Amino acid sequence: MLGLGVDRLQADINRLLASLFHQGVLDEHFLQLQQLQDETSPNFVYDVINIYFDESEKLLRNLRLLLMDREFSDYKKIGLHLNQLVGSSSSIGARRVRNVCVAFRSASELSNRPGCLRGLEVAEHEYHYLKNMMHELFQVLSFILLLHMRIKLGYGRQ
Amino acid sequence: MGRDGGVSCLMRAEMNMMSVGGMESAPAPSDLDEVHVLAVDDSLVDRIVIERLLRINSCKVTAVDSGWRALEFLGLDNDKASAQLDRLKVDLIITDYCMPGMTGYELLKKIKESSNFREVPVVIMSSENVLTRIDRCLEEGAQDFLLKPVKLADVKRLRSHLATKDDVKLSNGNKRKLPQDSDPVTITPPLTISTESSPPLTISHDSSDSSSSSSPVEMFSSSPIDDDEDDDVLTSSPEESPIRRQKMRSPGLD
Repeated sequence: MLGLGVDRLQADINRLLASLFHQGVLDEHFLQLQQLQDETSPNFVYDVINIYFDESEKLLRNLRLLLMDREFSDYKKIGLHLNQLVGSSSSIGARRVRNVCVAFRSASELSNRPGCLRGLEVAEHEYHYLKNMMHELFQVLSFILLLHMRIKLGYGRQ
Repeated sequence: MGRDGGVSCLMRAEMNMMSVGGMESAPAPSDLDEVHVLAVDDSLVDRIVIERLLRINSCKVTAVDSGWRALEFLGLDNDKASAQLDRLKVDLIITDYCMPGMTGYELLKKIKESSNFREVPVVIMSSENVLTRIDRCLEEGAQDFLLKPVKLADVKRLRSHLATKDDVKLSNGNKRKLPQDSDPVTITPPLTISTESSPPLTISHDSSDSSSSSSPVEMFSSSPIDDDEDDDVLTSSPEESPIRRQKMRSPGLD
């Protein structure tokens, strides 16, 4: 019975991932990360993604602070932050976040303030969407892991 | 997201992986037959990924976050040559192009100007596929230009060039098993989990299921995604695909 639960959860993950790929939220580089995970680095994917979240949130926060400042004029700084976001997003396969940041960056290169504000909103939205999806993914994975362990320990009859 | 678990994993990760702004120590003389790579990137995420890519390909890695720190590590930050340099062995320098302060291009120039390190191959990484940029770097003596995000296949290719060029002996203890061969069952929340029965859209590299060794990469890049699709259709792994010069590839912008 637990086995069935695992299969269902596995199917859920696959559906979730397939949906994210289909929507273009993730691309194949996300899967490349998996190839970098092994017994010598068993937490790699989880850790990299968490670091990506920390870094991205810092960058988005700084971008918001910069743009909210009424006397703001440092578009170059915005560009530098966005280079980082674009780079790290593409490294982990966060395609949509990357793409909206590229558009945002174009607005900053034209010193287009309203465009930047719009770009920031879209970037924040896409970022949070991705983060929520990843949360869900890792949560389901934890469940699967838990069930696996319970099966292994012989709790199959529960 | 199990934030507690996340934080402790994070701290472990940062301790195990690489220093954020500083530098790891140079390899000891006993490690001198290993390939030692100096990686330069201002992005923490990218440093972690490139370090992992290199480590998987049996390289010892020192990762720094700026061109200045790279020069500092190489002892090129002041005019007098350091006596320690006899011991310092760097077989490859791989650097991001776009970095605040000193760009990868500027770092490349400085390295090529130095007598001690001008023979060391320098590889430039960039997320922009700008031909003039690529040409400029190659003209300045860059060995190769990689489009980001860097793939396992790219690093494998670099590694094999180094091996043939320097005739470096690889000790078997450093060889890492390929993902297809390794046991996919891991202890902590990963994305690869081996199950008894593989559902149609499995994302795991299940070694017990080697007959249908599907590449999730190709699975997800082909459309449409169909729950009923037989994953036996896809067989080749991304690393085995023909090696292409990164600069010829157009960026994955849709």
